[in-house]
Amino acid sequence: MNTAEGYNFAYLDERTKRMIRRALLKAVALPGHQVPFGSREMPLAYGWGTGGIQVTAALIGNDDVLKVIDQGADDTTNAVNIRQFFGRTTGAKTTERTAEATLIQTRHRIPERALTEHQILVYQVPQPEPLFKLEPRRAETLKLHAAQEYGLADVKLYEDIAHWGRIDASYDHPVRVNGHYVMSPSPIPAFDNPKMDRMPALQLFGAGREKRLYAIPPYTAVQSLDFDDHPFHIPPQPQPCALCGCTTSFLNEIVQDGDDRLWTCSDTDWCRERLEACE
Amino acid sequence: MYIAVKGGEAAIDASRSLLAAARRGDETLPEMSVAQIQSQLGLLTARVMAEGSLYDPELAALAIKQAQGDAFEAAFLLRAYRTTLPRLAFSEPLRTECMRVQRRVSAIFKDLPGGQVLGPAFDYTQRLLDFSLLCETPAQAPVGEALPVETDMPHALAALVAEGLVEPTAPSPGDPAPLDITRDPPAYPLPRCGRLQILARADEGWLLGMGYSTQRGHAHTHPFGGDIRFGAVAVEVVPDELDFAIEIGEIELTECQMVNQFVGSADVPPQFTRGYGLVFGHGERKAMAMSLVDRALRADEFGELRTSPAQDQEFVLPHSDSVEASGFVQHLKLPHYVTFESELQLIRALRAQVDAQARQVVREEAMGVGS
Repeated sequence: MNTAEGYNFAYLDERTKRMIRRALLKAVALPGHQVPFGSREMPLAYGWGTGGIQVTAALIGNDDVLKVIDQGADDTTNAVNIRQFFGRTTGAKTTERTAEATLIQTRHRIPERALTEHQILVYQVPQPEPLFKLEPRRAETLKLHAAQEYGLADVKLYEDIAHWGRIDASYDHPVRVNGHYVMSPSPIPAFDNPKMDRMPALQLFGAGREKRLYAIPPYTAVQSLDFDDHPFHIPPQPQPCALCGCTTSFLNEIVQDGDDRLWTCSDTDWCRERLEACE
Repeated sequence: MYIAVKGGEAAIDASRSLLAAARRGDETLPEMSVAQIQSQLGLLTARVMAEGSLYDPELAALAIKQAQGDAFEAAFLLRAYRTTLPRLAFSEPLRTECMRVQRRVSAIFKDLPGGQVLGPAFDYTQRLLDFSLLCETPAQAPVGEALPVETDMPHALAALVAEGLVEPTAPSPGDPAPLDITRDPPAYPLPRCGRLQILARADEGWLLGMGYSTQRGHAHTHPFGGDIRFGAVAVEVVPDELDFAIEIGEIELTECQMVNQFVGSADVPPQFTRGYGLVFGHGERKAMAMSLVDRALRADEFGELRTSPAQDQEFVLPHSDSVEASGFVQHLKLPHYVTFESELQLIRALRAQVDAQARQVVREEAMGVGS
């Protein structure tokens, strides 16, 4: 039940939701292309997930089960706040279990568990323009995308290799979607980039402050930018998870007394699932 | 074993309670009413209405109370509320020449039709702290009698327009249905109607700094304070079922028309041009700064070289919004430990590479093959 008196289901009015859904349809039809939309001012601060929240609000229905994660965890403060917001304005069921969710809003991670066709992954995006550090004027980057002129991005990768002998990919490493547009995957670690490729779930991206939406339809090819002789590569994680022993998940590094480090899965639900399976 | 902090939910609840206590302050003192804020902190209320882009003094005062006087936070509260409001109608263009002025000054004429009306202003207060205000003062009768002010107050520039010396005020392309920046995502370059909308709700500090920069050589606009006025203006709408305008109320506005030099071009003889500023409530500083920035952003129109930040739309406009800027700067408080961990791993790998190279050099030198 919607307990936020005086507000529509999921906060936004139905006309606004329709406007957002139209923009999303266009985004799905043009994978990786940034679609401008009439982003609304939300009761959460810009830069804190207003784009993702608008996408979720436009999609969520009574039958949905919503999961919200930040840094891979359900219990980080901003994830808790967004989950409470939708709990309050929709009454829809929420969950911390990836397998149960129909709608997953995320910041900075893709869940470790493989997603299915029955799920939608909504990314919060601070900066949708993958070229913004190379060309800050959006009037110009628009032309570069239109002409598929991505020389700037290639030069940046080349300079990384010239300086460091490798591509300086740690997070927000740009991808090429369906062999066409270059796109920001949002600030997920490069570790997560391969998960985007041919993912069965629909991936939607919302940038509220920058007023852009984009999408990757299910089973779409997503290639991290690289060169033939310097292929994109993810170094293995330095340790297994100290809790569940996983050697393939992305780990948090927690500083402890005496300069010790504890390495645990960043995806808290993944870690719990594995621990439960052991019991 | 230490387990990563859990319990975000409990922490958020506790944080909200602490905030509520901090807002109330010392409970031995009487609580401030919204009406008091609206009436005694009128300039703050005006600023919050302007940056919140909603004309509602009572709700602005409520937002100020709720935000503990933080103007940014109050504007944010008002904006988030504003989003949910339906659009009932578009008003007719406001007739600021019919403003019921409380203040009107023009720097370009000693006297002019309608006269110079000093009204309430900080300008000549000498800025000495008034220690008598430390004590509450009993209510006093208003000093002197307010002069009846004419409601017909032609703009100072009107006479010069007739002579062709000042550019006329032509509607922007797209009028009478200009774009709505709260509904249409910006596509740069923006037409002037879109730019003015953004400037009208821009952060006052940003505009002040940008406007000031044009006076210090970063873009030359040679401004004169043509007409600066503050007062109430009637708002009229034409309802669908009627074919005439009806007055639905009055709002207080500050308007500034700056007059700027223009040397002319091959097609246009030299004439004065304008920069325009308009804000909700009494906000002269912002209206004046806005008019400087508006004029600087018209560089292309007059074939002026764009050399300075204040002339660059994509620099001035998207960074002017206090709600957007404040949100994004402060989002750095949010956890970033995943992206930071990615960087840590990268830096460690790069350093290991450098160390290995250095060790190799030492080894080669020790073996006498380095040179």
